[in-house]
Amino acid sequence: MNKRAKFKIIENVKIAKDVFKMILEGDTKDIKNAGQFINIELESLYLRRPISICNYDDKTVTIIYKVVGKGTEIMAELKAGAELDVLTGLGNGFNLNCQGDKPLLIGGGVGTPPMYRLCKDLLASGKKPTVILGFGSKEDLFFEDEFKKLGVDVYVSTVDGSVGTKGFVTDVMKDLKDYTYFYACGPMVMLKAICGATDVDGQVSLEERMGCGFGACMGCTIKTKDGYRRVCKEGPVFGKESLIWE
Amino acid sequence: MGVNKDLSTELSGVKLDNPVIPASGTFGFGYEFTDFYDINILGSISFKGTTKDARYGNPLPRIADCKSGLINAIGLQNPGVDKVISEELPKLRKCFKKPLIANISGFAIDEYVHCCELMDKEEQVEIIEVNISCPNVHNGGMTFGTNPGAAAEVTRAVKAVTTKPVYVKLTPNVTNIVEIAKAVEAAGADGIVLINTLLGMRINLKNKKPVIANKMGGFSGPAIFPVALRMVYQVYEAVKIPIIGVGGIESAEDVIEMMLAGASAVEVGAANLKNPYACKEIIEDLPRAMEKYGIDNLKDIIGAAH
Ligand SMILES: Cc1cc2nc3c(=O)[nH]c(=O)nc-3n(C[C@H](O)[C@H](O)[C@H](O)COP(=O)(O)OP(=O)(O)OC[C@H]3O[C@@H](n4cnc5c(N)ncnc54)[C@H](O)[C@@H]3O)c2cc1C
Ligand SMILES: Cc1cc2nc3c(=O)[nH]c(=O)nc-3n(C[C@H](O)[C@H](O)[C@H](O)COP(=O)(O)O)c2cc1C
Ligand code: FES
Repeated sequence: MNKRAKFKIIENVKIAKDVFKMILEGDTKDIKNAGQFINIELESLYLRRPISICNYDDKTVTIIYKVVGKGTEIMAELKAGAELDVLTGLGNGFNLNCQGDKPLLIGGGVGTPPMYRLCKDLLASGKKPTVILGFGSKEDLFFEDEFKKLGVDVYVSTVDGSVGTKGFVTDVMKDLKDYTYFYACGPMVMLKAICGATDVDGQVSLEERMGCGFGACMGCTIKTKDGYRRVCKEGPVFGKESLIWE
Repeated sequence: MGVNKDLSTELSGVKLDNPVIPASGTFGFGYEFTDFYDINILGSISFKGTTKDARYGNPLPRIADCKSGLINAIGLQNPGVDKVISEELPKLRKCFKKPLIANISGFAIDEYVHCCELMDKEEQVEIIEVNISCPNVHNGGMTFGTNPGAAAEVTRAVKAVTTKPVYVKLTPNVTNIVEIAKAVEAAGADGIVLINTLLGMRINLKNKKPVIANKMGGFSGPAIFPVALRMVYQVYEAVKIPIIGVGGIESAEDVIEMMLAGASAVEVGAANLKNPYACKEIIEDLPRAMEKYGIDNLKDIIGAAH
């Protein structure tokens, strides 16, 4: 029942330009699915900051975050040993039931992290995922090797062409023909482009500015074909078919 | 320590085990919080502002973080009064057995009246909280709350269709809160709720545009506590009806301070969003704080600062 816990930072390291990986130790029993997120209280800030779960086990959670403002700046300064007040197991997460056995996993920028745990879980359930990672430039790239170590095919695209395919994840998708489903997380423009670029079904993970992160304030509600849905509670993962692109 | 402390209070004959009530809009329809704790510990619940028709509310983003608080521009998202009654309240009833406060809103007087008539029939609803103070909707909400004549008119219209106590929730965005409070009292209000959010805004330095899509929104959280306290203090001197104090409350000490100013009960808003356990922690901490300040019975301190 209790979803708030103290977590101790055991690692907080830079892994790409402005991007950090943090490993937290604490009670993870409320985390059920890849694609769920945690909401972190930071000293001197009023609202918590939501960050996707990249990976977890019985006692640790790994997150990857990009420094974009005050909160993530504070996070980047934190040292191993420091304690954080965290709400865990928030949101629905990805549904592993997908069509066919060849799902395509697409992560853009700091939308990549939730794809890692998803990839592991899909592999464990007998699927054969392929991964596309999209970044701005070589210096933004992270986790290519981690995905490769899982034994899956990994394609990279960068906007400036400094590594992998020059362009967007959709440019890689054009050449991949035999995937049966897709999972995606990243900027809105990327998600929209992906949904337009393929006929197969899929799930996307969205981001909206949040007040609470657990369904109380209606701060994050989007309009879907199924009605109004809170990104923090009914989401952040939505079926492609339910989304309305404006 | 803390044994034999009496936390109970009363609002127009409605008995509450303790004065702590989650504020409308920060607690959904209550059941979301059963993930965190048994909500029967609460004095009551003021549920999400309900309007005649379903509303999506304002475009996103509609939340902005601030020093010591947040701005919200939700714009009264709710499924409409019929669905609130047929779907939300039955879910809430399953996990909450105490009196409820129905927060209603509207864009015209007949919409307030419509919601009130329907809420009047709900057995568990023991108080109707009339929100004439929402800063996030045009042509309604706050426009009723900034004019004594209009505030009185809504109050009279709602009073005419219910026998339940009517509490009118006022906006702090006025020059003379006492004048409005007196007007709603004269129009028959059974109580007053003070305060709703203060109109505020934030600008994103990177793109140099307002953070909130609607540009402005309602500011609340610990930063507004002194404003709320001052208004409760002023209004307590001017009216005879009970007051619910709202604004920035996050501790047992804040509850005591608000009651000393004249509140018979308090509502906790923003604190629930930062810490879902806020109300529970405040209630559990009250006996300790009462002991510390030599208080045995919370009812005794209402308005004691005057
Ligand atoms: C469900 C969810 C999962 C997320 N997962 C990750 C993740 O794994 N890694 C990661 O780096 N980031 C993630 N984010 C985004 C992250 O929450 C924001 O970058 C962070 O809150 C910014 O805080 P700040 O104080 O540093 O920036 P602020 O100073 O608050 O804002 C700086 C910029 O960040 C944007 N922003 C602020 N808050 C949010 C928010 N809640 N959602 C989206 N954008 C926001 C604003 O538009 C602004 O341009 C996630 C967001 C959500 C809602
Ligand atoms: C996200 C949010 C939504 C709100 N929605 C409503 C509402 O629907 N009706 C209402 O009367 N007040 C609403 N309010 C105002 C609160 O009930 C309360 O009066 C105000 O926030 C001040 O209290 P606080 O400082 O404890 O938050 C809302 C406040 C917030 C933060
Ligand atoms: S952030 Fe509060 S409901 Fe989603």
